[in-house]
Amino acid sequence: MTSYLSIEHVHKTFGEGPTASEVLRDVDLHVDRGEFISIIGHSGCGKSTVLNIVAGLLETSTGAVILDGKEVSKPGPDRSVVFQNHSLLPWLTVRDNVALAVDKTFKGTKSAAERREWILQTLDMVGMSHALDKRPDEISGGMKQRVGIARALAMEPKVLLMDEPFGALDALTRAHLQDEVMRIQSELGNTVLMVTHDVDEAVLLSDRIVMMTNGPAATIGEILEIDLPKPRERLVMADNAQYNHYRAEVLRFLHERHKNPESEAA
Amino acid sequence: MMSAILDRNMTFGAGRERPAAAETSTAPVARSAPPSARSGGAPPPDPGLWGRRMRHAATVVLPPVIVTAIFLFLWEMMTSSQGAVLPGPSQVITDTWELIVNPFYDHGGNDVGMAWQLLASLERVAYGYALAVVAGIGLGVLVGQSTWAMRGLDPLFQVLRTVPPLAWLPISLAAFQASNPSAIFVIFITAIWPIIINTSVGIRNISQDYVNVARVLRLNGFEYFTKIMLPAAAPYVFSGLRIGIGLAWLAIVAAEMLIGGVGIGFFIWDAWNASMLSDIVLALVYVGLVGFFLDRLVAIVGNWVTRGTQAG
Repeated sequence: MTSYLSIEHVHKTFGEGPTASEVLRDVDLHVDRGEFISIIGHSGCGKSTVLNIVAGLLETSTGAVILDGKEVSKPGPDRSVVFQNHSLLPWLTVRDNVALAVDKTFKGTKSAAERREWILQTLDMVGMSHALDKRPDEISGGMKQRVGIARALAMEPKVLLMDEPFGALDALTRAHLQDEVMRIQSELGNTVLMVTHDVDEAVLLSDRIVMMTNGPAATIGEILEIDLPKPRERLVMADNAQYNHYRAEVLRFLHERHKNPESEAA
Repeated sequence: MMSAILDRNMTFGAGRERPAAAETSTAPVARSAPPSARSGGAPPPDPGLWGRRMRHAATVVLPPVIVTAIFLFLWEMMTSSQGAVLPGPSQVITDTWELIVNPFYDHGGNDVGMAWQLLASLERVAYGYALAVVAGIGLGVLVGQSTWAMRGLDPLFQVLRTVPPLAWLPISLAAFQASNPSAIFVIFITAIWPIIINTSVGIRNISQDYVNVARVLRLNGFEYFTKIMLPAAAPYVFSGLRIGIGLAWLAIVAAEMLIGGVGIGFFIWDAWNASMLSDIVLALVYVGLVGFFLDRLVAIVGNWVTRGTQAG
């Protein structure tokens, strides 16, 4: 099995002894180059833990993550993360936030002029070249997340990891940014792993949707292949029977077979 | 624990002033700009503009003026009776007029103008405070970063910081064998605790998000220190610096009373020995004003340095 990114039988337990809690049990996933994968599940099911393990921010208890033939054990330039709350540094301008990533990643390989040019190029790609010298508190939430995406893309990662990237945005802004991400991904052909709890977002953007069972000891319940041609148009998809079928599949998984543990308790 | 809570309150208190200050400074400008632009800079024909200015004066300028006037009036009333021990405001001004109009005279020895007295005190505070800033931020970073250092040093800090400033004076006189370094040491040891504690709280409160960003970008120790740690902790550090400068100025007057020489503290003590109560009152007014400006100065520098860091 030679996938681009393999998550091989990953277990994750937090803590030790009697207080230990098993979060992930035997998560096994193989991703091809250029694939867009969504991980969906109820909150607390450990989907962000999977992402953090791939990012190298967390270590596996057993099992391994292998990217392009190399085992992942710590954060690296080949995996960049778009955080849910954008996590821009508020004391740096838009340009400097991206520059921090670019200068760090390409110090040895690109000249200062090339790096400057590349910063402008990535910010232009997310439509933020009008706000280069603004600080994060001077731009809207959607714009901040655009910059967050630019910062991640600017590192030219092998895998782009997105942790509920649009979760904190209003519905219109979210739709707009989803379209942007689809466009950018089709241009650059990135391999993307995205954590989400939004069914429409998952179906619209993904090649495959990984549905997680409820924790503790969550694992992959089902993987749904989304066989819809790209590029996908939001409005066209709304009336597409196939699209709605996929959507219903995910909803059935989440609300029939693996109900929200909180609503069950209530 | 108590100290952390206390200092955090002070931190928030200091932070909260920012929006208020911005409001008062920007609002009148923004409001008055459109009418004058429309009339081409001519004297405002718009009566609303003057109305707003009057209202601004009435709400912002008037209250402190009225309260100060009432205060001075009451003070004058209470000290104008026969047999009053303390001088009233008019008496103070008459008695000290020479000192007020000649702040820079120099008759040698301790007999110098009020400005020289204040500058001598400020110089001691500057040395002691500068040392406290460097050492305090350094120790604060250490304690904030290392759990081991915190466990080791925190009990020591918590005990030492409750020692009153003047209690350090005899031991520092014994150690330095000279009055000036002793006074500087007292300032240092007084100002350093809030700086250490607030810096360490600031370092500990650095958002996990920023730590994750640093890890994903693989910043090294030095880059993390300059790009993440210092800016993220700056609001806390500056509230510590602000408390520190206030305490330093409180301590210098008391310390100088004991060590003598030129300085506002000894000036007050000297005036007391010479029964010149009006001189003391004048000195107190100057001490208050200088303390106020020191506090504002650190606050302004802090606001400037930490601009942007408050935003989520």
